Formats: sequence, C-alpha cells, structure tokens
Amino acid sequence: MVHTLVHTSLYQEHLALHAKMVDFHGWTMPMEYTSIMAEHRCVRESVGIFDLSHMGELLVTGSDGVTAMNALVANDISVLAPGQIQYNFLLTKSGGIIDDILVYRIPEGLYLVVNASNTTKDYQWIIEHTSGDIQIRNITLATALIAIQGPNSLAVLEKTLQQPFSHLAYYGFCDVDWGGVQIRVSRTGYTGEDGFELYLAHVDAPALWVELLVNGAEFAIAPIGLGARDTLRLEMGMPLYGNEITEETTPLEAGLERFVKFSKANFFGKKSLLAQKKQGIKRRLVGLELQGRGIPRAGYPITDGETVIGQVSSGSISPMKGKGIALGYVQTAYAVSGSQVYIKIRSDFVAAKVIKGRIVQNNKRR
Amino acid sequence: MQVAKGLLYSKDHEWVKCEGASIKIGITDFAQDKLGDVVFVEVPSLDDQLIQGEPFTVVESVKAVSEIIAPIDGTIVAVNDRLEDSPELINEDCYGQGWIVSVEPQDEEYVDNLMTDQEYEIYLKEV
Repeated sequence: MVHTLVHTSLYQEHLALHAKMVDFHGWTMPMEYTSIMAEHRCVRESVGIFDLSHMGELLVTGSDGVTAMNALVANDISVLAPGQIQYNFLLTKSGGIIDDILVYRIPEGLYLVVNASNTTKDYQWIIEHTSGDIQIRNITLATALIAIQGPNSLAVLEKTLQQPFSHLAYYGFCDVDWGGVQIRVSRTGYTGEDGFELYLAHVDAPALWVELLVNGAEFAIAPIGLGARDTLRLEMGMPLYGNEITEETTPLEAGLERFVKFSKANFFGKKSLLAQKKQGIKRRLVGLELQGRGIPRAGYPITDGETVIGQVSSGSISPMKGKGIALGYVQTAYAVSGSQVYIKIRSDFVAAKVIKGRIVQNNKRR
Repeated sequence: MQVAKGLLYSKDHEWVKCEGASIKIGITDFAQDKLGDVVFVEVPSLDDQLIQGEPFTVVESVKAVSEIIAPIDGTIVAVNDRLEDSPELINEDCYGQGWIVSVEPQDEEYVDNLMTDQEYEIYLKEV
C-alpha cells in the first residue's frame, strides 16, 4: 500500500513557524512550535491557535438523515435545534465505542466532526447501518479547522471577525460571512478553556490563520501543537480515542453515561449497554495524580499495593501542577475520589490518588 | 544544532568530556532538541556500573521516555542531583549544567568508539 502523508492547507505556515512536524494518522501535523510546556501554559493563561484540519467532517443530508442517524448514535439528536452541538457516540453491537463525535444540527441535516483516525471507518459504518433517503459525504479534505482556545479567545475572535460572539452558547455554533469567506464558528474545544473551533474551506484557511495570529498578538497568542493539545485535554480528564475509548470499552466504563440516552426507542448497542448497566461495570475510567516523582505512561500497571487492579491509558506531566497525571481504568471498587493506588513505573511503585472529573482545576470557564 | 568543541560524541547522541581522572557525560543539543521539554530525569546511583551501549538511566520529555545509552564502560563517581528538581537544565544548558553523571572509565581505550566534534557534525548531517 502506498503511504502518502496529507498536508493541511496550513502546512507552509507551520514550516514558517519552525514547527516540529510529525506523522499523525496519515497527516503531517505540528507536534510543537517552541515547547509543549510553554504552549500549554499559553492556552491556560492567554490564548492559543491550533490547526486541527486533520479532524474528519461528514455531511449528512436527506429527508431521513436525522432520524436514521438517531437510530444509530447513543445520544439523542432529536432534541437538537439548528445551531446546537452534541457530544455523541457511534457504538458497536456490543456497546464498544467506534468513535466519539460531535453532531452539529444544521437546517439541511447534520454536520459530524469525527476523529482523524476514524473518518473512513465512521463513514463506512454510517453508510452500512442506515437506510432510506440519507446521503453521507466525507468533506474532510475540503474543510480546514482552526481552533482558538484560552481566556483571550473571545477577544481575538471578535477583533478578527468584526462581530460579537459573547452571546454564542457553549456547544452552540453559527455560520458567519468574513468578507466573502464562509466560516462555521463553534464554541467548543478540547482544552477545558473558553474557545472556538472555526470550520472553513481549505483554501481560505491560511488567510484566517494569519489574521488571527496578527490580531492575537496583543492578547499574547501563540500557535499550539498536538503535544500541548494532549496535555491540555489530559489535565481536564477528557478521553482520547484509541487510548481511553476504543471498540473494547463502553461509555459506561468510560464514565460517559450522561451522553447515552436509554430513553430512546433504540440505538446501536443499546441492548448490550443495558445488560452491562444491569450487571454493573467491572472497571471504570478515573483520573490519577501522582504523589511521588515520576511520569505515568500508557500501559503502566495500577496496583492497590499488592495486586494489579488496572492500567494507565494516558499519562504525562501536568504542566500546571508539575506532577505526573494520568487517566486509567481501575476495578470499580477503586473508582472513588481519594482512593489510594500505586502506579508501577519501571521498578518503582509510585503512590497516586484517584480523582474523578478534572484532574487539574483551571479557569473553570468550561 | 550546536556541537561543543573539544568533547567526544557517541552515535546515540551523548557527549563525553574528560576532566582529569573522571569523565562527564550528558546528552547533546541534537538529543535535547529532539526530546523537547525534559520534565523528569532518573538520577542514577553512585557506584552504578556503565556498560558501553547499554542504557544506564532514563530522561523523560512531556511526550516520551528516552533511555540514555552509556557511551563508555565505567563506574559512576558523581551524579548531577540538580536534575531531580530542575530537569530543564538539560534543555537550557546541555553541555554545561545539564550534565548527567561523572564516570571513572574502566580503561583508557574508551575513546576508540567515540567521535570527535568534527566527526559528530558530519554524523549529524547523515541522520
């Protein structure tokens, strides 16, 4: 198989900013521009700009589009009005997570934002598991995604697009015209800070990127790579597809039951999830904060001091706390805030406390 | 990428500096740049044995764990304790305050497998 790396429309911008580029699920993406630690703090303290054009976008239209999709996904999209966004799941028959997705309700149907690594899989899955008058288009390659995240993101956005956005609700979006360029402005993100995700045509992205950087200068904006994106989401206890959530894990185990609507007549995987709910889950995803020195990493065993009771799914250092933090699955009995566990780092067992929810407290805007 | 003059270099991007009877070891500018922010250094113990080509400690950046490969055979006679609280010294001053251990070499032939600064500069162009 020929392996070609896809460049986003901002590739030249990243090179000009001296980014360290990496292969990320077939895309050449910036890992860091200056330093992961500095970029992370920039997002918490002022504002950062991200190229997330590798994310997948699927357009669902047709008179049966919304109802057919609602019979597939776990959350209830029938409650969405145009301009609203919902976090949702595509599940296997056994309740495993095929992908975690954002569903945007648009007048003509749905706009789905999916993980880069899963775009093709999701597209195929939806085609194979829906019927009626429904059309699905993969518009990923035509679509760029620029995120601005951090306490100053609203100011940078308003200055750039020359209109107010303070009224835009969290998980709300609107389509705006920027001198002839159509931009979908979404108040969402993966950092725990206030922020926006901007979708626009591939060709228009460089101009918006430059304009945001220029206007953001007075607000201390900096470009942020995928490295800091990962530590930012980890501090917030947000799951990453492939690490915390996979086809082998369910939303119940991942602590994401609030996005599963059992009240719906049906959805793919409902029967299995109901059975799991009845039986009770055996393991649960939790946050962990190290009390000793060391950095937990994916795959490290979690013990109760004697026996293995779980495994780290993602781990790193918290740039804000300067401590090792992690997400991991533990036996349900240990999934209580304050539980004392140990993470095996090479030959040492380092004490860690279980934390549910955000691992690190931030600006609490989101 | 900065290559300090007068030091010896290994193919694994460690530097070696002769200081009288003992030898200081650290990682090169190329290595620290490749790692990114160093956030944890497992400081080895005194009297630990180094075996050329084998890992003797780990340095961790935000995103990865990297083993540090012993550039020579020897015994650790001093360690840089400051790295425990200030691992960033490896990024800020890799050839100076970011040194990792000081070693008493097992024999004098250790230089045979190492590169001079000029040789290392050429090597860097190839990797």
